Amino acid sequence: MAAERKTKLSKNLLRMKFMQRGLDSETKKQLEEEEKKIISEEHWYLDLPELKEKESFIIEEQSFLLCEDLLYGRMSFRGFNPEVEKLMLHMNAKHKAEEVEDETVELDVSDEEMARRYETFVGTIGKKFARKRDHANYEEDENGDIQPIKAKKMFLKPQD
Amino acid sequence: MAEAVSVAAESFAGGRARGARSVLGQVVLPGEELLLPEQEDAEGPGGAGERPLSLNAGARSRVRVICGPGLRRCGDRLLVTKCGRLRHKEPGGGGGGGGVYWVDSQQKRYVPVKGDHVIGIVTAKSGDIFKVDVGGSEPASLSYLSFEGATKRNRPNVQVGDLIYGQFVVANKDMEPEMVCIDSCGRANGMGVIGQDGLLFKVTLGLIRKLLAPDCEIIQEVGKLYPLEIVFGMNGRIWVKAKTIQQTLILANILEACEHMTSDQRKQIFSRLAES
Repeated sequence: MAAERKTKLSKNLLRMKFMQRGLDSETKKQLEEEEKKIISEEHWYLDLPELKEKESFIIEEQSFLLCEDLLYGRMSFRGFNPEVEKLMLHMNAKHKAEEVEDETVELDVSDEEMARRYETFVGTIGKKFARKRDHANYEEDENGDIQPIKAKKMFLKPQD
Repeated sequence: MAEAVSVAAESFAGGRARGARSVLGQVVLPGEELLLPEQEDAEGPGGAGERPLSLNAGARSRVRVICGPGLRRCGDRLLVTKCGRLRHKEPGGGGGGGGVYWVDSQQKRYVPVKGDHVIGIVTAKSGDIFKVDVGGSEPASLSYLSFEGATKRNRPNVQVGDLIYGQFVVANKDMEPEMVCIDSCGRANGMGVIGQDGLLFKVTLGLIRKLLAPDCEIIQEVGKLYPLEIVFGMNGRIWVKAKTIQQTLILANILEACEHMTSDQRKQIFSRLAES
């Protein structure tokens, strides 16, 4: 009975992965293309003519800061509020000297002091992470300076 | 009647698109369209109609133009939305650009704009934010963390009724304006709570811009009278403080009145004050 009637497999079943392993690559491609066609036809699209986007050269800004060079809003005269007077000089000078971009950056800490601090800094942090046996390398001098790391003591084989 | 009006309107719109350069310094009215310089050349001497502009692929002569307050972009032209004088500023920096066009108008009602420094009055304190009245359509919100050196444990000392000098970070027609008292680096730069005493009064917005111009004579003369402190907010509010109440009141009266005085009248008043 089963031999008389050919089993008709549904389309979905044929699309399953295990059924396609036996197919050739060409049939696979054909199937894929058909799938894509069905999917793309289902997508909606606007039936409008293509609008050309014009690049606009006009920018809208609602702020007056770009238009007029205005001074800083806080002012103090004849020493009434010294902080505000300092601020006035700072803000108005910054405003005028905006074009000069390569001003030297003021350093809070000078280079020499930075180098000096770094020297001691390396020692203290190194001490923190050194193991107990290595603490001997970080013995402090009379002046309180950390001495540089001495050579590690390895095991010396006794010579017979 | 209706036909006559419509015909007049058409002729107005069709024939009055002037060039922006030719109208600098003159009074413009809302509804006028202005042509930018490149378009003027393209149109030619006789062209004043609705001819479409042809954009050549090779012509890269279009420069970036910024349209400031009072102007809007309308296609390739500028549309005037406020009445006043048309101004222009050339770009100062090294980069290109066609400069800025704007309308110098006068108004009393302030509309919040991003980046403006304003004086606000704290009206409410709700949770983590303060509600600050800046004279706009709604109160601006100010977070307590937007002060210099403020942390969750270290709150700023701001009470209801205090005056705040700050700037807007968010200010558009769709959202509630937000202001801060700190700049992008985290420094106060003079912003924050304005000190005790003093007097706050309101003037027009145009006067504030006039007083804050780099070469304003009024401020220079006022500064020579006696020691004083002034804070200008772009929302039309000025706060003044001097040593005595009388001096403060004189100062407030001068600043309010100087809008409508000629320079001679002003000099007279200053000389009288200097004598007394």
